Amino acid sequence: MLMLSPARPETLVSLANAGIRRQGRWLVRGVDLTIARGEIVTLIGPNGAGKSTTAKLAIGVLRPDEGSVQRADALAVGYVPQKLSIDWTMPLTVERLMHLTARLAERDLTAALDAVGIAHLRRAEVQHLSGGEFQRALLARAMARKPDLLVLDEPVQGVDFAGETALYGLIGEIRDRTGCGILMISHDLHMVMAGTDTVVCLNGHVCCRGTPAAVSQSDDYRRLFGAAGGGLALYSHRHDHTHLPDGRVLHEDGSITDHCHPDDGHHHGAGHDHAHSHVHADGNSHVHADGDCHEHVHHHDHAHHGDRDAGAGEAHRHA
Amino acid sequence: MLDDFFIRALLAGIGLALTTGPLGCLVVWRRMAYFGDTMAHSALLGVALSLFFEINLLVSVFGVAVAVSLLLLFLQRRQGLSADSLLGILSHSTLAIGLVLVAFMSWVRIDLIAFLFGDILAVTTADILLIWLGGAFVVGCLVLLWRPLVASTVSQDLAEAEGLNPDRARLFFMLLMALVIAIAMKIVGILLITALLIIPAATARRFSPSPERMAVFASLLGALAVVGGLFASLQADTPSGPSIVVAALVLFIVSLLPSFGRGLAQTAKLDGERR
Repeated sequence: MLMLSPARPETLVSLANAGIRRQGRWLVRGVDLTIARGEIVTLIGPNGAGKSTTAKLAIGVLRPDEGSVQRADALAVGYVPQKLSIDWTMPLTVERLMHLTARLAERDLTAALDAVGIAHLRRAEVQHLSGGEFQRALLARAMARKPDLLVLDEPVQGVDFAGETALYGLIGEIRDRTGCGILMISHDLHMVMAGTDTVVCLNGHVCCRGTPAAVSQSDDYRRLFGAAGGGLALYSHRHDHTHLPDGRVLHEDGSITDHCHPDDGHHHGAGHDHAHSHVHADGNSHVHADGDCHEHVHHHDHAHHGDRDAGAGEAHRHA
Repeated sequence: MLDDFFIRALLAGIGLALTTGPLGCLVVWRRMAYFGDTMAHSALLGVALSLFFEINLLVSVFGVAVAVSLLLLFLQRRQGLSADSLLGILSHSTLAIGLVLVAFMSWVRIDLIAFLFGDILAVTTADILLIWLGGAFVVGCLVLLWRPLVASTVSQDLAEAEGLNPDRARLFFMLLMALVIAIAMKIVGILLITALLIIPAATARRFSPSPERMAVFASLLGALAVVGGLFASLQADTPSGPSIVVAALVLFIVSLLPSFGRGLAQTAKLDGERR
């Protein structure tokens, strides 16, 4: 899969036939996976496919019961876990969160917060952040460590559509600038960023792998995700449909429908009549002087956020 | 000066409160209040074993507390009962076994009440030395382990992934807690040790902008509760250990008053907006 050039780039992590077993059941088995410096590998698969388990194997949080995992010496890892619940009793500002596992240089800290667009939330308590803001803070923390390997478990969960595009852009940029390897988890191919080099499709084992385009065409992928008919080409859905000002949706093939396709990804639900013109690449532009105007933009912010009761963006106000 | 029993009590209590501050914060953050209670209750079994085998009280109480927490970890791995139920079983059965064993040993006469509720007015100069040296050791260890402990409180996986060895930190944390319980037993008693861990920490939350400040504030608030409680017990002739806990509770209630503290006002406002 990675034999693209004879001069192989430096391998950061490699799993060989790795498996992990709990209570007599294999969570994943026979996983072969390599992540090299400068490479973005995305794991996809349905719930319970062993994506997070595989990522934890790769970074050494779990040890394989079968096969082997090898990591480069002194590998610095930056990790964004899928779920975090911080007890309300712990006073933790974004700034303190940044220093969680190691003291950072002030310059790196500021740069990372700026890059994800939450510099104004530096002194806010993390319990008051919305799901999307919290996710940005976690990403900023992981990247500010200047890791060799960045492991992102559903990094855009709870982030709104426009923010997602910006974050994927940022992730690609981090790779280009620092040359780190990135292992990312996504729950379906629709959410896989276009910049991914390799997609590994998991379902307890590796069922297929390749470029995003190749995987979306493969039979294994079709079987796994229930052959969503023509929806298969949607892996780059960020560009495949446009929300028209009147609320209808213009698709890549020229058709116009009243709504997105159900499988257009994660941003279903009402309220899609807003044009996605407010990409947060400039960070501070969404300081909520106008408060209510932005309410609908953040509607999805707490979508997948476990037991963190994240409201919709109020934390801006004390920034 | 150290001749005065009241001064000795103050010194002992303040020394203990300074130690329980940071430890108590970790207990609160990690939601281990009941775990602390279980370890504390097991101390009575430690007392009984110490009398039975004629070994040092401190060693015996420490040993039993460690054994109980290891047993708990082992039972949790087997995944039968919930952690909650296991804690309940261990907590009360160790306390009961301790009481039964003490009753069996008709040849020893011990003041059970002093073990259950503490007898701070009877501390000796040696006890004070133990409290301050032991306390300094505990706080020193916590300072060294602080980053992994705080990080693994936020996320065990994250701490592990980024090379902080949270398992080792947690083991040390457990040992330190057992040590503090062994030291504190004489001051506030088996039944009230957890109060000194939890109440000052919970009070400090309202005023604390960071985990580190919260640890310091918890220490100071605990010391304040000790001073207040001891003076009140002197005035009103009430038992000293419970008086200290009541004083800590009063501080906690005061901290809840809406007009008290900037941090609280902000939090309340935000909570209001979220609804």
